[in-house]
Amino acid sequence: MKRETEWETFAHEADVGVRGSGITLAEAFAGAAMAMMSAICDPARVAARDAVTVVCTAPNEEMLLVDWLNALVYEMATRHMLFSRFEVSIGDRHLLATAWGEPVDVAKHQPAAEVKGASFCELAVRQEADGRWTAQCVVDV
Amino acid sequence: MDLAKLKQRGPFEWVLPATGRMRVPGVIFASRELIEGMDAKVREQVANVASLPGIVAASYAMPDAHWGYGFPIGGVAAFDADDGGVVSAGGVGFDISCGVRTLHTRLKLAEVEAQQARLADVLYACIPAGVGSTGGIHLDAAGMAAMLKGGARWAVQEGYGTEADLIHIEEFGCVAGADPAAVSEQARKRQRDEMGTLGSGNHYLEVQAVSEIFDAAAAKAYGLAVGDVVVSIHCGSRGLGHQIGTDFLREMVLAAPGAGIALPDRELACAPLKSALGQRYLGAMRAGINCALANRQILSHLARQAFAEVFPGARLSLLYDVSHNTCKEEMHTVDGRRRRLFVHRKGATRAFGPGHADLPHEYAKVGQPVLIGGSMGTASYILAGAAGTEERAFGSACHGAGRAMSRHEAMRRWHGRAVVDELAGRGILIRSPSSRGVAEEAPLAYKDVGAVVDASDRAGLARKVVRLSPLVCIKG
Repeated sequence: MKRETEWETFAHEADVGVRGSGITLAEAFAGAAMAMMSAICDPARVAARDAVTVVCTAPNEEMLLVDWLNALVYEMATRHMLFSRFEVSIGDRHLLATAWGEPVDVAKHQPAAEVKGASFCELAVRQEADGRWTAQCVVDV
Repeated sequence: MDLAKLKQRGPFEWVLPATGRMRVPGVIFASRELIEGMDAKVREQVANVASLPGIVAASYAMPDAHWGYGFPIGGVAAFDADDGGVVSAGGVGFDISCGVRTLHTRLKLAEVEAQQARLADVLYACIPAGVGSTGGIHLDAAGMAAMLKGGARWAVQEGYGTEADLIHIEEFGCVAGADPAAVSEQARKRQRDEMGTLGSGNHYLEVQAVSEIFDAAAAKAYGLAVGDVVVSIHCGSRGLGHQIGTDFLREMVLAAPGAGIALPDRELACAPLKSALGQRYLGAMRAGINCALANRQILSHLARQAFAEVFPGARLSLLYDVSHNTCKEEMHTVDGRRRRLFVHRKGATRAFGPGHADLPHEYAKVGQPVLIGGSMGTASYILAGAAGTEERAFGSACHGAGRAMSRHEAMRRWHGRAVVDELAGRGILIRSPSSRGVAEEAPLAYKDVGAVVDASDRAGLARKVVRLSPLVCIKG
């Protein structure tokens, strides 16, 4: 039995691919965010303590995924935070989400690399034959 | 990569004939072994770049080419505004003006070895490195605008370095045409705490010793002898540049259909040079270049302070500073005609040959220093721009080793502590806040930089001058 939200990274020669999947589009987006966090550090080391609200609007779902991941990159960079839990809702190409995390603690989190941005490389948002949603792209590290 | 679709034009030059949507051929400079080891995506990306409007001569790939996003890493392409040419945010990438600078310490290997551990510790304490690290300089709105306009020249005016440094930086430390007003508020905010920080991933500050000389005349012109110790800094435009890339990639993807541009890959997002968006991007991207130049200048100042603490009286002089993710306006001769071109180098180094007017006079006879970073356990190289390289790839050469495996695979194979201990056993001291970061940057996760520089040398792009061996590496 597959879980509601699943995530993984996939190989790219220079950078890192991130992929989320879920029963809903929103769960797939949450999974993609978790995959991006896992490219930075082990999310299990990050306490879901402080909440940050993220809002995005885009002309299509693929652009919405890029915007969502880039909004998280921005929040991490300007708040000096890492995230480990996401709640996402999506309707009519509008995204409203809460990301939970805590300030970067290098000794505790052991972050390997910051993400510079989410790219359009390998970008795909699709509903699979089994009805589950997949959301993926390559992020530049 | 399958060689079947390529025509060999020389031992180190392979042509991908123009077919389908390609407006010009592709040209890959590499040995047979390097090409065979390249991902097939490189050929696909070279062909995609060749289809962009206004591309001139060919879509080039350097010997370290690998699968990037949009452009291959190691891709070079020039566009003519008068022929409907474009500027591509994807062709520059997120880390605008990421580059390398090398400073000569005037110290010899034995002197540094005697203080190696202390030097490593002092450098690590002085250089902000790693995810979430912040610098000591926080610019207000006027200061940010002055930095984005002035680049390293601004940094020197603020007391970080000397006028002599500026002579040894591309564009003499300040690229013209920067437009701070084209840089978003988000980009400025990302830079608020990041001036004078190294970053993470493959960025580093490394103390290195000259271990071999290949070209005595050029080494002499660069002031290098065997046993000399230098410092190399690899980093870019930090959060500001990353956000400029993010902002304009999105805008260019959405605007492309309206401009009549059919993108073969959205990551090749571009806009006509003669358009408001294209000009706005050029202004912002140039501000990003200046931010990177200012950042490397401040890091040099911090490195000088660290060296002065360990070696009182030490004076570090800048050998050269190169950028390898840029679009630059340059004059080139194509088919006998001088043309003003916008040369994109994505993971490729400008490598002007002897006699070029933009070189400092002491390098004029031997060509531009081309600074090539390897992995932290192997070697780095200094090359010199070769004569005739302008005709080969608009005066460009390779930029580094390139990864041999994914970060995930490297993390699976190695543990950071073991990598640090193994390198320490070979006399190379690593200082990093992140054990996982070190594992992902393990020496064997990178390709053989020696093969890449050999191919650059033999393809006539840049001549090998010296090899540098690492002593201390500060990793983000």
